[in-house]
Amino acid sequence: MSSIFEPEVIDVMEHSKSGQGNITASLSAAEQEEIDREFSHYEDKGSVGLEALRIVQKHRGWISDESLRAVSAYLDIPVAQLESVATYFQLIFRQPVGKEVIFLCKSASCWIMGCNRLQEKIQDKLQIKPGETTSDGLFTLLETPCLGDCDKAPVMMIGEEMHRNLTESDIDEIIDNKKKGHADQSAD
Amino acid sequence: MLTNPLTKNIGPQNHATDIVRYQDNGGYRGWRKALDMAPEDIVKLVQDGGLRGRGGAGFNTGLKWSFVPRGKNSPPVKYLVCNADEMEPGTFKDRLLMERDPHLLIEGMAISAYAIEARTAYIFIRGEYHVAAARLEQAIAEAREQGLLGSNILGSDYSLDIYLHRSAGNYICGEETALLNALEGRRAVPRAKPPFPQVSGLWGKPTVVNNVETFCNIPHLIEMGPDWYRSLGRGDDAGSKLFGVSGKVRNPGTWELPMGTPVREIIEHHAGGMQDGLQLKGFLPGGGSTDFLGPEHLDLPMDYDVIGRAGSRLGTGTIIVLDDHTCPVGLVLNLSQFFARESCGWCTPCRDGLPWIVKILQRIENGEGLPEDLDLLREQAQRMGPGNTFCALAPGAAEPLQSALKLFEQDFIDHIRKGCCPYQ
Repeated sequence: MSSIFEPEVIDVMEHSKSGQGNITASLSAAEQEEIDREFSHYEDKGSVGLEALRIVQKHRGWISDESLRAVSAYLDIPVAQLESVATYFQLIFRQPVGKEVIFLCKSASCWIMGCNRLQEKIQDKLQIKPGETTSDGLFTLLETPCLGDCDKAPVMMIGEEMHRNLTESDIDEIIDNKKKGHADQSAD
Repeated sequence: MLTNPLTKNIGPQNHATDIVRYQDNGGYRGWRKALDMAPEDIVKLVQDGGLRGRGGAGFNTGLKWSFVPRGKNSPPVKYLVCNADEMEPGTFKDRLLMERDPHLLIEGMAISAYAIEARTAYIFIRGEYHVAAARLEQAIAEAREQGLLGSNILGSDYSLDIYLHRSAGNYICGEETALLNALEGRRAVPRAKPPFPQVSGLWGKPTVVNNVETFCNIPHLIEMGPDWYRSLGRGDDAGSKLFGVSGKVRNPGTWELPMGTPVREIIEHHAGGMQDGLQLKGFLPGGGSTDFLGPEHLDLPMDYDVIGRAGSRLGTGTIIVLDDHTCPVGLVLNLSQFFARESCGWCTPCRDGLPWIVKILQRIENGEGLPEDLDLLREQAQRMGPGNTFCALAPGAAEPLQSALKLFEQDFIDHIRKGCCPYQ
């Protein structure tokens, strides 16, 4: 069995539902409404595939087989065609991811400015490699193409938030703060 | 006289120029003027201005537009697309324009759409640019409220909608035909050319795709005219440009400077020169897919043809500096890993060639290289060259590799002879 079926990752799936209830076969009203808004922008429904996947992922954290089928049925495009898009784009997750996705820039300028040291630091601290999620379901580490902030290299993005001119001690601080934030949240 | 049309609204504070301030500072004057002109006259004016595409290819923008069929017998639906998929390693200029002065892009797109008689336009923005996307959505809404976009713009019979399409990663989406496939909801693989998008692009309709910075040049070019625009350049090329420097310099950043500004002035004056104790070993003049140039090229002006004659490309105009304490083999390995990962897998030289290059470079960097590896790399770089692939990704990947093998040959040989990376 591959690692994605191991118990700790099923935990992550529980996390990612985040109070949305048990959404499986069909799209929620909110998802449908957001997707409908996109229709008017394009010549045909099929063109909305990627937008629809992005919208559903925003609500559910990732795109499960069930979500994929639901989008396919809603847009009336073949599952295989939608899957070819879903697996193509880096920001569409076909596996569960952590609450915090770390996008570490590995491009030329960041490499010159020492992103490899940051990567080692993150890997040591979280005990994960790129593509993996921590066992508590908090962090996923991904390598990303140039984030376009090269004069402030090395950089990374966590979720939608940019972190620039990074040092190894910044990594400690940022990750510890994130951990603390989530611990406080679950204590509330 | 205005010399910084691209950044005149960009101050030290990190916020977007809103529509009030934008208009107070002369914004949308170009758009108002354009609406009183015949579309074909705008195309001619842009062509005369000598504006060349700022996305990397450097093609004359007006000439590109002139290939779009027009007149009564032409297809009634045409599209304009803004390529905001900035992902070239070392490139950080479009982000600045979109985050800080989104109306400049919208005005430029409106004029351009009118010029090619398109009534729908898309901004194809990479998924990671969250701040830029939010500010552009806001700016589009502001422009609609003011009647600068939408139906019967400013009382004319011209209507235009601009939509923001947020992509989801992948460098190849910056290739214009791959971008069109992505917009249509397909896998972003490049299309065979011809037909070119100007004739058959998005959903088979005539389509023009231009880069963010290219559009941002349009409003002032229309307002102030081609003579003024040409006079902005210091050398052969017209206009101003965002130049950037990253790497181990004292003051990395982006600056709007005249086309034709010498490399030395950009690196030593604007970027403050190398950090203490470091020497410049080489530089990539326009992002990760351009050929390395050396210290002997520092006095060249940043003009398309001059940099081309020196054996590289102006590309995006964002310079990556390689210092003498950073391993050139490691840098080329990093770039090759990037291109290998970003290959869409559509054609063989790229899909299969790049992983082999990574494997060989990794072996050399690890000190396990063989003397014959250098010839193998040179051959492979040639196989990935222009004409052998569907798009420019593999030829672009070959550029830093082939030039590094010339410029830094001794470094490659040292790795192989010493059996280790001498920089570690």
